[in-house]
Amino acid sequence: MSARTYRYIGTRPIRHDGLDKVTGRANYGADFTLPGLLQGVVVRSPHAHARIVSIETQAAEAVPGVKAVITGKDIPETSARLALGAEGAFDLHDIGDNLMAHGKALYEGHAVAAVAATSIDAAREAAKLVRVVYEPLEPVMSIERAIAPDAPILHADMVTKGRPLPGTTGPTNIAGRMELKRGDVDQAFAGADVVVEREFRTSTVHQGYIEPHACVARSGEDGQILVWCSTQGGFIARDFCALILGIDAARIKVIPSEIGGGFGGKIPVYLEPVAIVLSHKAGRPVKMVMSRSEVFRASGPTSGTRIRMKLGAKRDGTIVAAQASLWYEAGAYRGSPSGAGAMCCLASYAIPNFFVEAHDVVVNKPKVAAYRAPGSPMATFATESLVDEVARAIGMDPIELRLKNAVAEGDHAPYGPVYGPIGLKQVLEAARAHPHWSAPLGPSQGRGVACGFWFNAGLSSSATVTLNGDGSAGVVTGNPDIGGTRVAQAMMVAEELGIPVERVRPSVADTDTAGYTDLTGGSRVCYATGMAVIRAAQDIAEQLRSRAATIWNVDRDRVAWEPGRPGRVIALDESPDGSVRPPLTIVELASKMAQTGGPIVGRAAVNAPMAGPGFAAHICDLDVDKETGRSTVARYTAIQDVGKAVHPSFVEGQMQGGAAQGIGWALNEEYIYDADGVMENAGFLDYRMPVASDLPMIDTVLVEVANPLHPYGVRGVGEVPIVPPLAAVANAMRDATGVRFTELPLSPSRVLEGLGTIAKG
Amino acid sequence: MLSIRYEAPRSIAEAIHLLASDPGAHVLAGGTDLLVQFRAGAKQPSAFIDVKRIPDLVGISLDTNGLRLGAATPAAAICEHAELGRLWPGLVEAVHLIGSAQIQGRGSVGGNLCNASPAADTTSALIADRAECVIAGPGGERVVPAERFCTGPGTTILRRDELLVAVVLPRPPARTADAYFRLIPRSEMDIAVAGAGASVTLDASGTCTAARVAVGAVAPTALLVDAAGQALIGTRLDEATLSLAAAAASAAARPISDKRGTAAYRRHVVGVLAKRAIVSAAARARER
Repeated sequence: MSARTYRYIGTRPIRHDGLDKVTGRANYGADFTLPGLLQGVVVRSPHAHARIVSIETQAAEAVPGVKAVITGKDIPETSARLALGAEGAFDLHDIGDNLMAHGKALYEGHAVAAVAATSIDAAREAAKLVRVVYEPLEPVMSIERAIAPDAPILHADMVTKGRPLPGTTGPTNIAGRMELKRGDVDQAFAGADVVVEREFRTSTVHQGYIEPHACVARSGEDGQILVWCSTQGGFIARDFCALILGIDAARIKVIPSEIGGGFGGKIPVYLEPVAIVLSHKAGRPVKMVMSRSEVFRASGPTSGTRIRMKLGAKRDGTIVAAQASLWYEAGAYRGSPSGAGAMCCLASYAIPNFFVEAHDVVVNKPKVAAYRAPGSPMATFATESLVDEVARAIGMDPIELRLKNAVAEGDHAPYGPVYGPIGLKQVLEAARAHPHWSAPLGPSQGRGVACGFWFNAGLSSSATVTLNGDGSAGVVTGNPDIGGTRVAQAMMVAEELGIPVERVRPSVADTDTAGYTDLTGGSRVCYATGMAVIRAAQDIAEQLRSRAATIWNVDRDRVAWEPGRPGRVIALDESPDGSVRPPLTIVELASKMAQTGGPIVGRAAVNAPMAGPGFAAHICDLDVDKETGRSTVARYTAIQDVGKAVHPSFVEGQMQGGAAQGIGWALNEEYIYDADGVMENAGFLDYRMPVASDLPMIDTVLVEVANPLHPYGVRGVGEVPIVPPLAAVANAMRDATGVRFTELPLSPSRVLEGLGTIAKG
Repeated sequence: MLSIRYEAPRSIAEAIHLLASDPGAHVLAGGTDLLVQFRAGAKQPSAFIDVKRIPDLVGISLDTNGLRLGAATPAAAICEHAELGRLWPGLVEAVHLIGSAQIQGRGSVGGNLCNASPAADTTSALIADRAECVIAGPGGERVVPAERFCTGPGTTILRRDELLVAVVLPRPPARTADAYFRLIPRSEMDIAVAGAGASVTLDASGTCTAARVAVGAVAPTALLVDAAGQALIGTRLDEATLSLAAAAASAAARPISDKRGTAAYRRHVVGVLAKRAIVSAAARARER
């Protein structure tokens, strides 16, 4: 595989969708319109936790222009589940209840009713007239409160899934608990020379995609439903709608728009089923667009966490034991990524003895959604902070210490399987060799390093490649293009067929047009859908061999495919008259399609149960103003095993984007709630994501350790870059200030509190 | 359905008349605060009185006495005015901190004052620079010092039928300069957690002969901190003096804890900022 030389893979062609996106011509979720379109507005709970006593809609229905008003009664309470791959499954009862509260409002912003009207003003006016009587309940806003013996219970029927804590009886806010263990932890700690232990906390943070959730739904008199929406997967959006509403999937067509970011947050549905029900009731198409405030308050952020962790090491740097207790907020319904956190937090190191327990805890905050390597960044923040402490305690270089313990091919991952070829050691070597690691620091600066791991996903994908009569080609897949996957797919077709990338038109298709394809997520598109694309292109090549065999009147086995420039077939033996047959190019063969058997269409469907794990190491220089507590990232380098970079610019973009989000998580991002559980900073002004001027150019180093599961060696790259930054930043803060900070974000006031300059506020 | 009147008077008298005749009318300058508040439902005026077409309200005039800034002059025009940047670098820096380039194309110093945010960047700088506000009403004009213009978050001394028409600043004497510093966690596109403006006058020997320090975002309005300015006069701005001024700024602060910062943090950091503003203003004054 490594011997293969590529013509297109590894180059940086201009993306096919680039011009439309930079000129504003591309159509995003809110851009779609239809004749007779109604505007839908959601009525949301002002209470974080309240029983809904009654809802009266007559006054709202009487507003001129109002065509439909719905409440939880119009969203069926389903018990259906939707499986995703082998392990994952979505509980659609919860997603349905999250769409519109049935009995209780479980967070501030929880939908309780919705209105569709001929104008947005009429819809808003009517929404104000929906009279909801609430019986407010005590909001449960922290893990401490949720697990207290006298805590209000969010769900009366909730029991702990997995391995409940001993003595747990009756309803609980602990939705799930799992354990991972290896070896004898107590004995190993007893034999360790150095033991470090800390408790860490991270805040609820949002993905912060720039495009709010938006959709248009049209429910026809014949029961046929069309949905245009911004989603990470047309098929999952369709299946969510079908299962929640009890409609046959064949009656719903989802047309995914261009997507302005998702990061996991556009996997769930928030508006689509509501818009379908409103459209059904009104008999007209309905458009719904969230405001930024609604995105923050009512779409899925990721968990706030509390993590206690302990590491034990020998004086030579060998980490011998690890123990961790992870507590993740799930928001209002079960399903935090605590289990993934448990599986990821020790995945970078070969530790012979460990015990990790992970808890999934419901609180009165929005139901969490996936966020880029869900669960891994918070737990890794704890691990990598403690690894830094071990390095300091024994006086060892932090990269040296990590290299000494780093996992390699053949090691058992803490979550079970044996690692195949992985690149953590090569990544750490590249980090150590990078000029950043040895560059001098300024007087107010500190440097931190941290590693990160993410599984990456495979799942199911389909692809269709169609050869055109002029030798150009089209490739159709079902994955909304978030990270430049369209151009990557065109490059794969180009590589296999030996035609220029510009002669391949990549399309993201709707659910009627594309073969079934799992969502854009899990860093899986370039890997798994890419595999389908490569096979579909190879299917074309095989057909071209057959066509050439027909033209030459020889056995197909006597024809070979050469994806040269241009792609061509050659005859492996002489013609009957003894002359050498000149090769036939793909352009010639395409022009003869009709005469040689008709259209040439390549198809492939793959199920990729596994994927190549991803590892990264990041180096951060932080400049800390000790008088104000304000810090600035002065220099940042991201090093990652990317398997094989199909389009290096987009791989680098993923690494930089992940680093930027992780830095924001570390420095200033947090959900701020008042005493009643009402979010106070539901906007980009006070939810402080980094802006462009906050960050230096993030340097990237691509390490390529081929993934044997993929024909080119591709492994997922999009998620792992958000894993190291939390600890890389915190370790740099430790280096700059001498103080170990264990709570994020490292906002200026928290830093001055940590330095002892001011009292805790 | 919602219906709002839009008026674009061409004279101050016409604007005053419109304001006096409609209690629900609201002055619209750049609209960078008002339109956001309007869309959020926080303000629901019956009429927008757009004052940008009134010649007296837009423009920069500079003479030997000082500066007159039309209240609706866009921030960008101030930022691009070379002579203003030379004479009042601190004020121009504060103006430059407002929003983004796009916001500065619309937003004005007068609007920043009238919005009366305790965190408004220009207010502290104006106070330090001894700015005065020229207010027109049915009975004619009155002039009030900038530090008395705002009366609380979102409230000013303007009566319903009055209009802020200009801000005037005395020309800085020899060896006088200003500076403004604010603390935001990010580098831009944020609102001050605390801010401090200073104006310092030195004599030929480097001794401070006059000084004013103003702080923002640490009380219901921006504050002139007399004690901080007084502490500087007669000194050569040595470290101990600077610490005294910083302490005075912190002592004057009456901050709240909110989503942008804790009270303890604001009280501390406003002293740091005051000191930095004084040091920067003094360094500029020495160069004059």
